[in-house]
Amino acid sequence: MTALTHLDVLEAEAVYVLRETAAWFKHPALLFSGGKDSLCMVALALRAFRPGRLPFPFLHIDTGHNFPETLEFRDRLVAAIGEELLVRRVQETIDAGRARDEMGPKASRNVQQTITLLDTVRELGLDALIGGGRRDEEKARAKERIFSLRRDSGGWNPHQQQPEFWLQLNGVLRPGEHMRVFPLSNWTELDVWQYIGREKLDIPALYRAHRRRCLRTRAGILLAESPYLAVEEGETVEELSVRFRTVGDMTCSAAMESRAVFVEEIIREIEAARTSERGLRMDDRRSEAAMEDRKTEGYF
Amino acid sequence: MDLLRFATAGNVDDGKSTLIGRLLHDCRALPDDQLESLRRESQRRGEEGLNLAFATDGLRAERAQNITIDVAYRFFSTARRRFILADCPGHLGYLANMVTGLSTATLAVILVDVRHGLVEQTRRHCFLASLFRIPHLVLCVNKMDLVAFAEGAFAEVRDQFEAFSEKVAIHDVTVIPISAKLGDNVVQRSAAMRWYQGPSLLRHLEEVHIASDINQVDCRLPVQISLGPRTWAGRLASGHVRVGDEVMCLPGGARAVVAGLTVACREVAEARAPLSVAVQLDRDVEVRRGDMLVRVHNRPDLRCDVDAMVCWFGAEPLVAGRTLRLLHGTSQTRAAVGRLDYRLDMQTLARQTDPPALFPNDIGRIELQSDQPLCLDRYQDNRATGSFVLVDEASNRTVAACLVR
Ligand SMILES: Nc1nc2c(ncn2[C@@H]2O[C@H](COP(=O)(O)OP(=O)(O)O)[C@@H](O)[C@H]2O)c(=O)[nH]1
Repeated sequence: MTALTHLDVLEAEAVYVLRETAAWFKHPALLFSGGKDSLCMVALALRAFRPGRLPFPFLHIDTGHNFPETLEFRDRLVAAIGEELLVRRVQETIDAGRARDEMGPKASRNVQQTITLLDTVRELGLDALIGGGRRDEEKARAKERIFSLRRDSGGWNPHQQQPEFWLQLNGVLRPGEHMRVFPLSNWTELDVWQYIGREKLDIPALYRAHRRRCLRTRAGILLAESPYLAVEEGETVEELSVRFRTVGDMTCSAAMESRAVFVEEIIREIEAARTSERGLRMDDRRSEAAMEDRKTEGYF
Repeated sequence: MDLLRFATAGNVDDGKSTLIGRLLHDCRALPDDQLESLRRESQRRGEEGLNLAFATDGLRAERAQNITIDVAYRFFSTARRRFILADCPGHLGYLANMVTGLSTATLAVILVDVRHGLVEQTRRHCFLASLFRIPHLVLCVNKMDLVAFAEGAFAEVRDQFEAFSEKVAIHDVTVIPISAKLGDNVVQRSAAMRWYQGPSLLRHLEEVHIASDINQVDCRLPVQISLGPRTWAGRLASGHVRVGDEVMCLPGGARAVVAGLTVACREVAEARAPLSVAVQLDRDVEVRRGDMLVRVHNRPDLRCDVDAMVCWFGAEPLVAGRTLRLLHGTSQTRAAVGRLDYRLDMQTLARQTDPPALFPNDIGRIELQSDQPLCLDRYQDNRATGSFVLVDEASNRTVAACLVR
């Protein structure tokens, strides 16, 4: 028998976690954003449960600031596999007076997104949310458990986490609690791309190099020109060949200049990259502990 | 490329954070923006140059207190191997984190300061590594630059360690003199220690033979869920399974033949641990989540009385008569604590027999009586099916890691 590769082992672990989630919880949902991690999650879910139906729906918390390409990809993928997609909109949370938009030229809907998410947990009675978070993304995430307990407020308490020994997952919940589940905990960005390559997964066009009008901030960051961003003094707009390394809101996902179109080229580019993918997220550049703070509020 | 999971432990200030920062830095696993924030952080605290130790402090509280208080996972790779590093805090109060890191590791790196040699903490770390049957142990003798890279200073610590390690059950032990701060023998072989003939730490991590660390003999498939008629999914805890194998479902004892086998929807003729599989059986037999599929002539013990080493993390002392929820693979049952056999004094590693209780962060040997029979192997034979956890029935939190004797 040939030796198992790291992708074989990581795939097996993620499939195991997804199946445990199906066994432990009554109403799980798989958070779906249209990014590479969530499309990997969808592929893993299919590998965990086919030929049967998936034991959970997909849930997209739509900030209203998505790239149109992401939504198009989302709908195409869901249609192709014939599973259920639920969409909840941050705009509705704002319209209902439960959240307010940030003001200013670089306003984001990161905080508001968390409110919509927690409202949805209550509305649908969800007891587990499966997400594509990885420990290699960020220092606070490096301390996450695979089954990560949330109390009523939905917040993460990094100092009160229960230990996880071996791969023995404990999914016992008390009323009002729900679980965040991270099957990709031990994957890196490169693993995700290698898996996409190995499994020949379809990816949103945003990840491939394309020509786009971008706004260059004074800090030198490239953001897609969009109706949600005002051009400030000292910023320029130029058309470049770019691709995205993370796909979140148009307001905070930075583009990188690139000519990589095929997955193999993207992998080579990431191997050589000297910045981390989170370095390309405006939301994480706000402070050293930005991610930790958002996670304690209930963010994914 | 294969995958090595390893854990690091060391006494506070022996240089563990610096070593990890150095490994990541020299493997180019620290991207520019993280290096930049390291540089800012180092400057802010008035350090000259780059303090690599700051690369690993994850949480705000940890950065403020300058210590690691939770396991942090780090990821890096070389051309040879992919690595997952569980960085465990050394302090005894954080034993749970140490156990978390060790439970999935196949190699442990333990750090000592060459000027202090083996301290009690080192003995405890080595003891834990042997209790958890870590197949490979590396002792890094750090801060060699502070003893002018002298062979004599290193040899003294190595001899101390070798005398001690005869008593612990780890077969593969490697001792390496390093300077985490300057990088000697971490990634590159040291030019200042030509007397040392062995590999650098990274070279050793890349080359250590790990393929035979997982039990490939005893087929154990804990059943997770059903995927359709006669089709059962689970992750092979050990051993392998083939189409055509006759299997037995425990605890019921029904037999069937494997008619079909898939790994992530791909049909295969054979699969082995630790892959997640789905097996299709050739006939209708009663199988439920929590059952275990095994080979007919190679079965685990089916028992309700369990003799185990327990690492106790509950908020209150563990006493005889206490009932807990027991999670073993995919099976769940209630268990009552019988006799407390002995308690290990973690300061001296001495045994206290018939203790009245086990206190938080204690390790001891106990007897348990489970409501349902469990499919158990001895931990020394099988790290996957020889381990289980205990969950508090009121708080639902995991409070103990247990190893079957
Ligand atoms: N001279 C010297 N100092 C070191 C070395 N490794 C670590 N240190 C210093 O020892 C102190 C403690 O190191 P740190 O990595 O924070 O230790 P930890 O508590 O084990 O994580 C720091 O001041 C380091 O700069 C080394 O190899 N040589």
